[in-house]
Amino acid sequence: MDTAPEHASSGPPGPRDYTDVQQSAEFGELRRSYRSFVFPLTVAFIVWYLLYVLLSNYAGGFMEMQVVGHINVALVFGLAQFLSTFLIAWWYSRFAALKLDPKAEALKTRLEGENSRRQGTDSTGSEERDA
Amino acid sequence: MSLTHQLAAPATQLAAEGATQHRPLIISLFAVFVVATLAITIWAGRRTKDATDYYAGGRSFTGFQNGLAISGDYMSAASFLGIAGAIALAGYDGFLYSIGFLVAWLVALLLVAEPLRNSGRYTMGDVLAYRMRQRPVRTAAGVSTIVVSIFYLLAQMVGAGALVALLLGITGEAGKNLIVVFVGIVMILYVTIGGMKGTTWVQMIKACLLIGGTLVITVLVFHKFNYNLSSLLGAAAENSGKGKSFLEPGLKYGVSTTSKIDFISLGIALVLGTAGLPHILIRFYTVPTAKAARKSVNWAIGIIGVFYLMTIALGFGAAALLSSKTITDSNAAGNTAAPLLAQAIGGGPDSAGGAFLLAMISAVAFATILAVVAGLTLAASSSFAHDLYANVIRRGKATEKEEVKAARVSAIIIGGVAIGLGIFAGKLNVAGLVALAFAVAASANLPTLLYSLFWKRFTTGGALWSIYGGLISSVLLVFFSPVVTGKETSMFPDVDFAWFPLENPGLISIPLGFLLGWIGSLVSKDEGAGGKKYAELEVRSMTGTGAH
Repeated sequence: MDTAPEHASSGPPGPRDYTDVQQSAEFGELRRSYRSFVFPLTVAFIVWYLLYVLLSNYAGGFMEMQVVGHINVALVFGLAQFLSTFLIAWWYSRFAALKLDPKAEALKTRLEGENSRRQGTDSTGSEERDA
Repeated sequence: MSLTHQLAAPATQLAAEGATQHRPLIISLFAVFVVATLAITIWAGRRTKDATDYYAGGRSFTGFQNGLAISGDYMSAASFLGIAGAIALAGYDGFLYSIGFLVAWLVALLLVAEPLRNSGRYTMGDVLAYRMRQRPVRTAAGVSTIVVSIFYLLAQMVGAGALVALLLGITGEAGKNLIVVFVGIVMILYVTIGGMKGTTWVQMIKACLLIGGTLVITVLVFHKFNYNLSSLLGAAAENSGKGKSFLEPGLKYGVSTTSKIDFISLGIALVLGTAGLPHILIRFYTVPTAKAARKSVNWAIGIIGVFYLMTIALGFGAAALLSSKTITDSNAAGNTAAPLLAQAIGGGPDSAGGAFLLAMISAVAFATILAVVAGLTLAASSSFAHDLYANVIRRGKATEKEEVKAARVSAIIIGGVAIGLGIFAGKLNVAGLVALAFAVAASANLPTLLYSLFWKRFTTGGALWSIYGGLISSVLLVFFSPVVTGKETSMFPDVDFAWFPLENPGLISIPLGFLLGWIGSLVSKDEGAGGKKYAELEVRSMTGTGAH
């Protein structure tokens, strides 16, 4: 188990410096998995949405093609936007629960343990510092 | 952009003459809703003890409850009545709104909800002020929050007056003003007595009523067409008199090059605006953890998505079962299409079923307006009290009691302003206001929020450039657009200084907001960029360490 640097041991508890945590491999891994998932996905759904907006504007012939009965491509495309929104929400939530939450919680538990130890020496249990 | 177009136009003789006849029934349903929600508000008020209770409902709501409440806050009269009306008159083009309003939630889910919940306390300003110089950034955040909320609020208030007047068959100016005052007073009571707790319960009840009411009408419409979507669409196209083109894009926005570009601008503002709307952002603070915030957005996406799917049935159902003349005679923008459809599907104006469904949908519309204005007032007054009063004016020295008192007082003032503007603006076209609120939120709030959370080199200077730049450019562009002058549908049709051709400024002002945030950060040399504060914000926003 890795031990965190003990800056706080020498002196009264001030605002904690999180730079070491930010630079740590553990946190870097959490940030990388979060960003490499959500950033491309955000670009993708915005492009997909804009494609829909632009096709509605400039591709009338394509959008009015009949699919079945009175249901045309435009309607199917619109409903596909609903479907993709539901799917992306579900996909992100599953990813977050599997890949992000365990890492975030491990870090949080460790940091809050440290913080209360830092403060435990001279205060009796106010764990939270005001933002 | 004419979701709420001419909502305020003088009520021509109400096609739903039944409204006058069945006024007692509608009023009783209104009254039940108001009394019930006020009782809950008082109950919640008794349980509101400290600032966290007042601003964030004690962070005691579950993901599902908050998801319902978010849906309640989000599904305004513009989406319920406006989209149904837009589809009923413009066919497929009306449906385009639903899509933008829904897809927008992915921005909130992926980028905003969880980090905001982890790092802030009560307002959007909390997150921005984390790594920046407090006072200038909080001032900017407070100003843009209040501006966005007031524009949104104004649109809802004018809508409330005109719409409820129409549904109740009141045609006089005085009657309409009375309704605006009444709506304002009830909203002030919700917010000042119940705080976030009371308001959240009102949102939940309203969301259930809205979904329930819409579901009943949707099922009845589908039943009429043997649960066959294609025959519903066919009947709508035929009855609209516009044939096949009614089911295709372009009827409304495909007219000219300008209208097409305007449509792109609107599309961008809709999809990026939601995650910057202050009354939506503060909802993420009402749950205990970031995971619960994620869950609440997921519920909201589900509920709002199903609701917008039902607007298809409402809109095309109205087009299929009512003549477009019936719809436009009642309200030129089609805002009463949904209540008229309810009446028709229940058996027509003279039947008991028709009267009951009309009364039900009217009461739902009223509940919708009340709940949304309460959410907006709470957002504006929270930001005033927490950002401007406590942290700028009193420099963080105000006690919790003083801060909550300031929030209550400012809710009364903002409510009063909304009443006044609602009465003054009674004759104005409110179409631009909702779209403007979205565009301002996307231009001023979203860039700063995203830069603060994700960009190491963002600075106080960048934040100020971005907020003020986005805010001023979007408001100015609207001021010089056809929304304000130069067209028959403008606020001031007799004057013309509209040199900006688009009705929605988003296409210009949103990229400008992002650009200014970037340039501002490059030229200004202050802390906030990188360093210890960003380290703390980043660690806290991603892990929830020390979250309130």
